[in-house]
Amino acid sequence: MTYLAPKRHAGVYRYDEIDRQFLNERVAEYRGQVARRLSGALTEDEFKPLRLMNGLYLQLHAYMLRIAIPYGALATHQLRGLARIGRRWDKGYGHFTTRQNLQFHWIRLEDTPEIMAELAAIDMHAIQTSGNCIRNVTTDQFAGAAPDEVVDPRVYAEILRQWSTIHPEFTYLPRKFKIAITGSANDRAAIRVHDVGLLAKRNEAGEIGFAVYVGGGLGRTPYLGVKVSDWVGEQDLIAYLEAILRVYNQFGRRDNLYKARIKILVHQGGKQKFIDNVEAEFARIRGPKYRLDPAIVEAIERNFAPPPFEELPPYSEAFDRAKREDAAFAVWARNSVRDHRAPGYASVTISLKPIGGVTGDITSDQMDTVADLADRYSFGEVRVTHEQNLVLAHVRQDDLFDLWKALDAAGLGTPNAGLITDLITCPGLDYCSLANARSIPIGQEIQKRFADQQRQQDIGDLKIKMSGCINACGHHHLGAIGILGVDKKGEEFYQITLGGNAELDGAIGDIVGAALPPDEAVDAVESIVDLYLERRQPGERFLDTLARIGMGPFKEKLYGAA
Amino acid sequence: MELKAITANRLRDGAVVWLGPQGDWVERVELAAAFDDAAAKVALAEAEKSAAANVVVGVYAFEVEVVDGVPKPLRQRERIRAQGPSIRTDVGKQADALDRAA
Amino acid sequence: MALLKEGQPAEDTWTHVTDDAPVPANGAITVSAARWAKERQELAGRSAPLGVRLGSADRPESVAADLGRFALVTVDFPKFRDGRGFTTARTLREHYGHTGEIRAIGHVLPDQYQMLRRCGFDSVVVPEGADLAVWAAAHTQYTVAYQAAVGDEGGPLSLLRRRFAKAG
Repeated sequence: MTYLAPKRHAGVYRYDEIDRQFLNERVAEYRGQVARRLSGALTEDEFKPLRLMNGLYLQLHAYMLRIAIPYGALATHQLRGLARIGRRWDKGYGHFTTRQNLQFHWIRLEDTPEIMAELAAIDMHAIQTSGNCIRNVTTDQFAGAAPDEVVDPRVYAEILRQWSTIHPEFTYLPRKFKIAITGSANDRAAIRVHDVGLLAKRNEAGEIGFAVYVGGGLGRTPYLGVKVSDWVGEQDLIAYLEAILRVYNQFGRRDNLYKARIKILVHQGGKQKFIDNVEAEFARIRGPKYRLDPAIVEAIERNFAPPPFEELPPYSEAFDRAKREDAAFAVWARNSVRDHRAPGYASVTISLKPIGGVTGDITSDQMDTVADLADRYSFGEVRVTHEQNLVLAHVRQDDLFDLWKALDAAGLGTPNAGLITDLITCPGLDYCSLANARSIPIGQEIQKRFADQQRQQDIGDLKIKMSGCINACGHHHLGAIGILGVDKKGEEFYQITLGGNAELDGAIGDIVGAALPPDEAVDAVESIVDLYLERRQPGERFLDTLARIGMGPFKEKLYGAA
Repeated sequence: MELKAITANRLRDGAVVWLGPQGDWVERVELAAAFDDAAAKVALAEAEKSAAANVVVGVYAFEVEVVDGVPKPLRQRERIRAQGPSIRTDVGKQADALDRAA
Repeated sequence: MALLKEGQPAEDTWTHVTDDAPVPANGAITVSAARWAKERQELAGRSAPLGVRLGSADRPESVAADLGRFALVTVDFPKFRDGRGFTTARTLREHYGHTGEIRAIGHVLPDQYQMLRRCGFDSVVVPEGADLAVWAAAHTQYTVAYQAAVGDEGGPLSLLRRRFAKAG
């Protein structure tokens, strides 16, 4: 196995010999597990948790493999490797998820040991992307680039990734465990709806610490996380998390699948009791053994050092001129380009939501194109967002026009990033055996209704998020307009919620009324938007208007007078 | 009369299969056997043996109607399982059918 | 059922007395945590080695005060997916400093072997029909680990990795 090194400045963790040895051992273990399953030495009941902890699901059409993209960060050679794997072992396309991972939907069990070996050769894996264990730690797609960033969350995401990898005590939890971290108060990682959400910050002395939220989650019983500590110092991060996990492992329910998440323990088992238990455990284990050594933080940090930014003026003449001269470019730039902390640079969102396409899907060829562009324009790294898009984080403003032309030529230039047609749909009943209804075609229909760019700009920030079942992989609870597919007497129906948002002061959407058949549901979304446009005051986003006028007018518009 | 067919995924490759009239596993729902309630129970037990023998996983029965001698799934989920994703008619069994027809 | 230590079969020198059976006067015995709580005084009077059996819901706190009396603590895994036993063993070792043997019983997979060891289990009773070769191999599957575990010696935690000492 020849290992490829990431481009020198790519902001990904660099594996060394020991990390690779570990990965090889994992691949060997998995190979043995598959052989034992095929021979019958392992029953399906025994094998299932083991394969889930290697990202392998049995889905509607075939096995699905969920490959880990730690905190959404990819080096270009890794993205190319995923493209190769998609061509060789799947059908030449993959799907980015709301946890920054990649899914292939046409996988064969018997091929997976080889696939794991190919992943290992590019320092990748599918470890713990499913199962009742600690999952991918997710973060802000603009980490290391955003002007409002206080602490680079990738450093701690990587530390927690390592800490949680085959943790001997916490690999057989009552249920899955999801951690997200933000380094900015403008939370782009949805930390309030994770089992543990971390807000990295600094105190007056400039030291790094974390506000810790516990017990957030979506699904059947959505909850926002509760702040259990306003300050856990950097050195105590591991000890504090061990304490939380230990309390959960001991006291989380194991008798009822639907009450097994930590959110139930926190919100239904007594918040203060939970906090007291955690603090007691933390006090017990705090000490040299669990202390996060600053030398380790430093060593990890070196992987995320800023790339060698050129000294550029904050304002790019070339960028400005291109916007003036090319209207299409200007529209794209308006939505896809964000400010960067380094003068003269920008962060670019690549929308994977072409009108009428499949949200979040990407072909192997497109992966290669993005990799080439990232090499050329963004120091060899690519990020995956939790809204199923990609980001090139460090692009010179001078290069934006050339970048856009190349993206556009590859079908990756849809200028809808952050607009209403930049919606989230889970794979839904088209792919997923858990689903009650299809999501993708509803999303496509909504996109077509709102395809007009002018109208989209006018509507502005309005996130639509759709899930095909209550498991909420599409994060519908967090949509300004949320759509949940349900099964009503064997037919696909859709329930609409309003007012969700994934920001730090997050909110779970409220149900508008009874579930609707597909056409009516799409009509309803248009009606909701029309009502917003009618009633809004200057400067109000949809969420603002909704907050001001309440659900009443929307209920009435959709369902008639109460 | 309510009729049922039996389906599962093949263990090795995850392919969707249905129990055929000969007790073998077939790859198209059109070739599946349709059972009345009593026969379905027997067939399900047989199919479970196949699971125990590590040939298939996830065995279950679902409702079909028989039209011109061909079983048709009644529910959307089973239709999609039989054909492939509704939004990608170029992949899945529906695409294999086209290849075969071509 | 076979008892494994360090990946190899070992003899079980203990008698595991059920709740309704009489306690023998001599010989190494284990009793359930419930029986210990009920018959503490009589059992404490025995001079032969004593052990206690913890169920998956039994917290280590419940026997913590008497740990010095137990040369063996067994921890039950009713289903391999029920991971409470890992916390139980680790707490017994790290927090209560238990130095006696800790043994895993019940439904455990060889794939869990190293996790059991790293949480402080010395031995495992493997289920009926277990392939001992698979268990032996599992004992040395990983030589690298990323987090603190029981038995890590000396110095501040090295988060990044730990290399296991070569088995032997």
